[in-house]
Amino acid sequence: MQGTDRLSRKRRRKNTMAHMMFAVSALLSILVLIILLADLIRRGAPYLNEAFFKNFPSRFAAKSGILPAMVGSVWIILLTAVIAIPIAIAAALYLEEYAPRNRFTNFIKINIANLAGIPSIVYGIFGLTVFVRTLGFGRSILSGALTMALLVLPVIIVSSQEAIRAIPDSLRHGSYAMGATKWQTIRRIVLPSALPGILTGIILAISRALGESAPLLMVGAFSYVSALPSGPMDSFIVLPVQIYTWMSKPSADFKDVTAAAILVLIVLLLTLNLTAIILRNKFHKTFE
Amino acid sequence: MVSTNQNMIRQNRLNLVVRNLLLACAVLTVFITAGIILSLVLNTFSFFGEVSVWSFLTGTEWTPLFANPQYGVLPLIAGTLLVTVCAALIALPLGLFSAIYLSEYAHPTTRKLLKPVLEILAGIPSIVYGYFALNLITPTLQNLIPQTEIYNAASAGIAMGIMIMPMVCSLSEDALSAVPPGMKHGGYALGANKLEVVLGISIPQAFSGIVSSFVLAVSRAIGETMIVTVAAGARPSLTLNPLVSVQTLTSFIAQASSGDNAHGTTSYYALYAVGMLLFLITFSMNILAHHIIRRRKEAMG
Repeated sequence: MQGTDRLSRKRRRKNTMAHMMFAVSALLSILVLIILLADLIRRGAPYLNEAFFKNFPSRFAAKSGILPAMVGSVWIILLTAVIAIPIAIAAALYLEEYAPRNRFTNFIKINIANLAGIPSIVYGIFGLTVFVRTLGFGRSILSGALTMALLVLPVIIVSSQEAIRAIPDSLRHGSYAMGATKWQTIRRIVLPSALPGILTGIILAISRALGESAPLLMVGAFSYVSALPSGPMDSFIVLPVQIYTWMSKPSADFKDVTAAAILVLIVLLLTLNLTAIILRNKFHKTFE
Repeated sequence: MVSTNQNMIRQNRLNLVVRNLLLACAVLTVFITAGIILSLVLNTFSFFGEVSVWSFLTGTEWTPLFANPQYGVLPLIAGTLLVTVCAALIALPLGLFSAIYLSEYAHPTTRKLLKPVLEILAGIPSIVYGYFALNLITPTLQNLIPQTEIYNAASAGIAMGIMIMPMVCSLSEDALSAVPPGMKHGGYALGANKLEVVLGISIPQAFSGIVSSFVLAVSRAIGETMIVTVAAGARPSLTLNPLVSVQTLTSFIAQASSGDNAHGTTSYYALYAVGMLLFLITFSMNILAHHIIRRRKEAMG
């Protein structure tokens, strides 16, 4: 009897210790986030004034600003979105609404999953080879946006597929029963109902593109631009590449400027993600 | 009647055109993959015209910019491995434990707090983790072990581990939550406590999902560029010491492409050979992960 007692105590102790270990691991992520944010705010916040958003980068940390980087990021994001969104939604529509269940369709689906797993630097190599060199677009916004569009394409396709799949068949059948053709049904029923879900995917893809630096470093985001870009063939710099450039400088002042730029980037990303979460919740409510 | 008929013909034609347009967009994704592979393969061939495959794969010196350049990729692989192992040591246990906590232990309120935190961590760009490695982790390491170099594999690996941890957690949690509750209840009915149910029922049942989450996370770590470019240094070295500067496959690519590497030289084509290697490694790991998941799905019916 005493043996069983000791055994059960031992089991209970092991159980409690494991519980603690799992909980500590999970709570560690909160701790990391707090440490990171605290450091960024402590260093970066004093630099966040109006001039920081209006100035060009400078040799002096105190005079440095992120204007060209912000303008460059906006250019890249908009052009990427214009290129990637129509193709991605079209591909998703084909796969969900038209594609027959056969080997070819399966091959396309596996291919998209694999595209999503290719490291971003490999997209950079492709962009450098094809867009910058072979097609002769040079180190321009267009090369950067095309590269970025390829990178986010699988992200938007997969999330659009999910959104389209969530539309109940009864809606489609209702439309067919009214005599609508397949395309009419897709255009007037499926797409509008799936729109919030598709938008969520687009926003997440944009936030991915906003934070991505490796491929843009390769296709030539310049470390210094003297004028704001005014067209897709101009040279550019984006916020993450600006952060990278400042981070490579040894002086302590530039560490603070780097932190300030990171704060701006993180606030933008959080805003985007929050919008995506709100949209997603709305979408789920509609179809429950 | 005639006009309705014409209208129908027009509608049918439109439907066909739209279908083919959509099909073209779907097929485009296949061409993208083909294009990526082709651009890597063609230029890699140019590289192997000058350097033998054997000396590339087995050489122990990587000095493309020296007067007498050597193209042995092993130092880059060693660097990649070193950083990836550090990342895996952080991300795999922490990610799995967090997943177990979230799916088996956590109170709904705790879950509601933790899930967004993990999503935020997963959404932070890698360049920010590079900042984290360089400005917070490296100084801490230097305090603990004074001979740590400014640029080192361990800091980059730890930051990378934190970055991929949420991915391990969310994929493992999906696998754990897919375990039928009835099986767990059976365990409790036999008198098992929570830990015994987790170790004896949940983890074995979710095993393939957990393994595939590990494989995907490691593949992501191997392909990650900015953290290592910022924090791991740029000195190719065949070493097992995580406290010294190393160069990885990815950080070499980033460095070579941004430098003034003359187009058409061997050292320029080296970028493609390294890129090809990186592509093959991550591609096969991703295929493996998907294969594990698919086999599991087939086994479950």
